[in-house]
Amino acid sequence: MTASSIDAANARAQAREWPLWEVFVRPKAGLDHKHCGSLHAADSKMALQLAREVYTRRQEGVSVWIVRSDQIVASDPADKAMLFDPMEDKVYRHPTFYELPPDVGHM
Amino acid sequence: MTTDFAPLPASASPSAAAASTTTGSIAFAPSPQEAYLMRIGDSCLIHAQRLAEWSGHAPILEEDIALTNLALDLVGQARALLAHVGQQTGFDEDQLAFLRDERDFVNVTLVELPGRRAGRDFADAVLRNLLLAAWMNVLWAKLQASNDGEVAAIAGKAVKESRYHVAHAADWVVRLGDGTDESARRMRQAVERLWPYTAELFETDAIDTAAAESGLGPMRVSLKAEWEAIVAPVFAQARLPIPASGAFRSTGSRGVHSEHLGYLLAQMQTLQRSFPGGVW
Repeated sequence: MTASSIDAANARAQAREWPLWEVFVRPKAGLDHKHCGSLHAADSKMALQLAREVYTRRQEGVSVWIVRSDQIVASDPADKAMLFDPMEDKVYRHPTFYELPPDVGHM
Repeated sequence: MTTDFAPLPASASPSAAAASTTTGSIAFAPSPQEAYLMRIGDSCLIHAQRLAEWSGHAPILEEDIALTNLALDLVGQARALLAHVGQQTGFDEDQLAFLRDERDFVNVTLVELPGRRAGRDFADAVLRNLLLAAWMNVLWAKLQASNDGEVAAIAGKAVKESRYHVAHAADWVVRLGDGTDESARRMRQAVERLWPYTAELFETDAIDTAAAESGLGPMRVSLKAEWEAIVAPVFAQARLPIPASGAFRSTGSRGVHSEHLGYLLAQMQTLQRSFPGGVW
């Protein structure tokens, strides 16, 4: 199979399948939404309901975000060294030299 | 010639062992108030059992989990009510669920109809979910004002669950009713099969009247207008016709059931009857 025929087969399979959605759950008020997985659903309404069923049935969250997986723009893993390694020796960028007052709480 | 295999004594065969330990049914004679609560509890329990039959068979994995979640909500509601009635009658929830005969079950007939077999399909499941969830939602909302504090507390928790059940079921009914030609055809067939059984949801009798007079809960006939206000807009959006009402009345809540309940109970009860008091 040529590369283009594989691409065509993938496109046909994707056309038959429901789109993939990424699910983000906020564990409790004040905390961030965290990525927890993905699921297939026909549209956003169904995706939200099924996210609730699949990812919050053990009281994991108080809020759910979903986004279509093909709407996420991601960095290329091959660029990892170029993008992130230069920060390795720049410890002075960590704000570890301040003392937080106790009543600031969770940061 | 020697052999390691001694013939089994007749009493040690599996069927004989099971028969010798099978537990008989309890004699359950509820008061009108207890019967009123058992109608609700039994409807939740049998509906949960039917939904559980979808486990491993739903059209997609996520919906498989969703139907099981709905079933578990219903089991929770059934347990709460059966345990509450059990405290008054001296039985525990397991005895009430697993050691009553068919005639002592007072669920509405709609919940016991076949779910996944006998020509029924996913359309029947989602339609029944809608019809019942809307009914339970209206019922739980009114039961929050029950003069029985425990019932009011159970209703306070259950009303939230039933609200979600309505939303989940309504979404599927619209999706399939207003979907492809094939999905619309199947939804219309499901409506024809199930709608006649909704009349029973609003029948009133002496048990109903006694509950309303004592302040325990509403008469079923008083649920109808609000039920229709939930169901009719969903049918309209799903492009499904609401059938005309007929003369047929099912009688499950009086203990007279369709031929399907016996098979369901045989499966649901066999473990407790064979291994009395068995727990996980």
